[in-house]
Amino acid sequence: MSSKETVLFACRDLRVRVDGKEIVKGVNLQIEAGTKHALMGPNGSGKSTLAAALMGHPAYEVAGEIYLRGEPMHELAPDARARQGMFLGFQYPVAVPGVTVASFLRAALTARRGREIPVREFRQEMLEAFAALEIKQGFAGRYLNDGFSGGEKKRLEILQMLLLKPEFALLDETDSGLDIDALKVVSTGVKRSVGPDNAVLLVTHYQRILQYVVPDVVHVFLDGNLVRSGGADLAAELETRGYDWLTPSTAGAR
Amino acid sequence: MKSDPIAGLNQDYQTKYGFSDPEDYLHKAPKGLSHEVVEMISRYKREPEWMREFRHQALDIFLQKPMPKWGNQELLGSIDFDDIHYYIKPKGDQARDWNDVPENIKRTFDKLGVPEAERKFLAGVTAQYESEVVYHSIREDLEKMGVIFCDMDSGLRDHPEIVQKYWATIIPPTDNKFAALNSAAWSGGSFIYVPPHTKVEIPLQAYFRINAENMGQFERTLIIADEGASVHYIEGCTAPVYSSDSLHSAVVELVALKSAHIRYTTIQNWSTNVFNLVTKRAYAHEDAVVEWVDGNLGSKLTMKYPAIYLMGERAHGEVLSVAFAGDGQHQDAGAKMIHAAPNTTSRIISKSISKGAGRSSYRGLVKVARGAANCRTSVECDALLIGEQARSDTFPTMEIAEDDVKIEHEARVSKLADEQLFYLQSRGLDPEQARLMIVNGFIEPFVRELPMEYAVELNRLIELEMEGSVG
Repeated sequence: MSSKETVLFACRDLRVRVDGKEIVKGVNLQIEAGTKHALMGPNGSGKSTLAAALMGHPAYEVAGEIYLRGEPMHELAPDARARQGMFLGFQYPVAVPGVTVASFLRAALTARRGREIPVREFRQEMLEAFAALEIKQGFAGRYLNDGFSGGEKKRLEILQMLLLKPEFALLDETDSGLDIDALKVVSTGVKRSVGPDNAVLLVTHYQRILQYVVPDVVHVFLDGNLVRSGGADLAAELETRGYDWLTPSTAGAR
Repeated sequence: MKSDPIAGLNQDYQTKYGFSDPEDYLHKAPKGLSHEVVEMISRYKREPEWMREFRHQALDIFLQKPMPKWGNQELLGSIDFDDIHYYIKPKGDQARDWNDVPENIKRTFDKLGVPEAERKFLAGVTAQYESEVVYHSIREDLEKMGVIFCDMDSGLRDHPEIVQKYWATIIPPTDNKFAALNSAAWSGGSFIYVPPHTKVEIPLQAYFRINAENMGQFERTLIIADEGASVHYIEGCTAPVYSSDSLHSAVVELVALKSAHIRYTTIQNWSTNVFNLVTKRAYAHEDAVVEWVDGNLGSKLTMKYPAIYLMGERAHGEVLSVAFAGDGQHQDAGAKMIHAAPNTTSRIISKSISKGAGRSSYRGLVKVARGAANCRTSVECDALLIGEQARSDTFPTMEIAEDDVKIEHEARVSKLADEQLFYLQSRGLDPEQARLMIVNGFIEPFVRELPMEYAVELNRLIELEMEGSVG
């Protein structure tokens, strides 16, 4: 599909064990710069585990290799991966009470850019991102994810992606729990964040968001394995046929 | 990656606070407490007869009273009352100019930043060294308005009518063993009287310093805010690091008369060889507000439950406390709210952080007396545990003798969660930064109530905690 030079992100034979149980069973992925990929699978298939493992979740036992721009990531701590340009939009972002959204964003942006950002410059950038996602200014002073509605949390995840400008973003179920208006806003944010030099992997078990963010490649993930990859039409097919026809026993080899 | 995020709490204690001066005293009582020692203290201070008698009676009560049955029995049992100096008078008279303070003592307070703080943002300062207040000042304009701020001994001498009227009316010697001990051996502390409708806008501060080994410091503080008056008092305390134990046992009584407002802020940072067993209680009369803002970072064992008796209608009480317990420390702290009048309101927010083998306990009482209708109270206890050995206990007690009351109680224990760390790390923050952010967030409701300079100092301490915590 593309030459090796444009491969932005790849993982090879990725296996993840959680509490001794193998959840991800040898995944190979290759994502080219400028593309949007979707990873679809039913609940419990291990999608979220895969996403968190790619980001370096400390509680997981991970084997295999992860590369960003050909650089190995698999040995790095999550914060180093983030500074290198990886990003994980969480399905359930945790609250950090007492820490304001603004101070958190500034710390994150400082870490990503590796330099102090003057307050005024930061404020301007933050407010621009707020506006793009239709977030009110008062949001900046609230405590991080503390008492946020599901939709507010998801908007904040997308906002962080817009500000931090990752090269490769994993978005875990970013569309779940959103009403249609919020979904449109979030989709706009996702589309905005993908340019010729970066890529996104949408992890989802609904086809819903894919009506707004049309993926270049759709991967089907079942029971810890990638069982099929295809174009955007694969998502539509999953919507009508479900996943059963693709279970490893019936689907055969990829 | 598992590491101790506040391993470094007070890691610079030795250099910053833990130093000691060579002992050079005018008078140092031999170890142990007896009627002779009490007699000597009273005579030395040329006290009125009633106070001399009060001390002797209090000593009898102390000798008869059993140790508290709550708290850390093992540590309490290890206190050797015969191995303590109960009175030490440093050389020199009380000064109103730092230049008149004996050089070594002045150096100590310079190092602790007290004169600098005074210049920058305080309206008055007392500095207590061992048993006596060695320095005292109050801004002239406050003095002209009739505000009294002096050490307790001077208060007794110069304002006997006010002192005698309120003395031990809120905390009698019979209250508990350590209140009795303080009543018998008290020396120093602050006396504040704010006249009606006088607002002291800038904080008054007392700094307490123990220098000697095996020292007992028993300051006694009495603050009276007359009708419609307001005052903010701040105390700080440190001591050298010794291998043997010292004892700090204060009694603090606050009286907020009708519509008065008292805020009492404590940043307790004793070295970890100090027992800090303190009784603090306030009366809030009609429409009065009393707030205890209580930070406990240091000491080996702290047992302290600031209390507010809401005596008049619509009185309001708040206790906002934060405690850090590191290895070998036990912070047994809490609050008591007694609703003795209708339409009174109160709020308790208690936050504790236990790390390593540290232990913190919340011990609280909310009492609503019969007839105190339409009271509202809320209690919120939050404990953060860092590490597998850290321990936290909550002992809330409610005694409600009235139906028409609104009570909210929330208690939470959380571990410094891996999920929080992962979230912040996934945004590029290194583990040290991430932990600092979580802990700072946790105590933010407390820090935000401190004057800016203290908030900065507290944040600096927390930051030190985090240094070297990874790797």
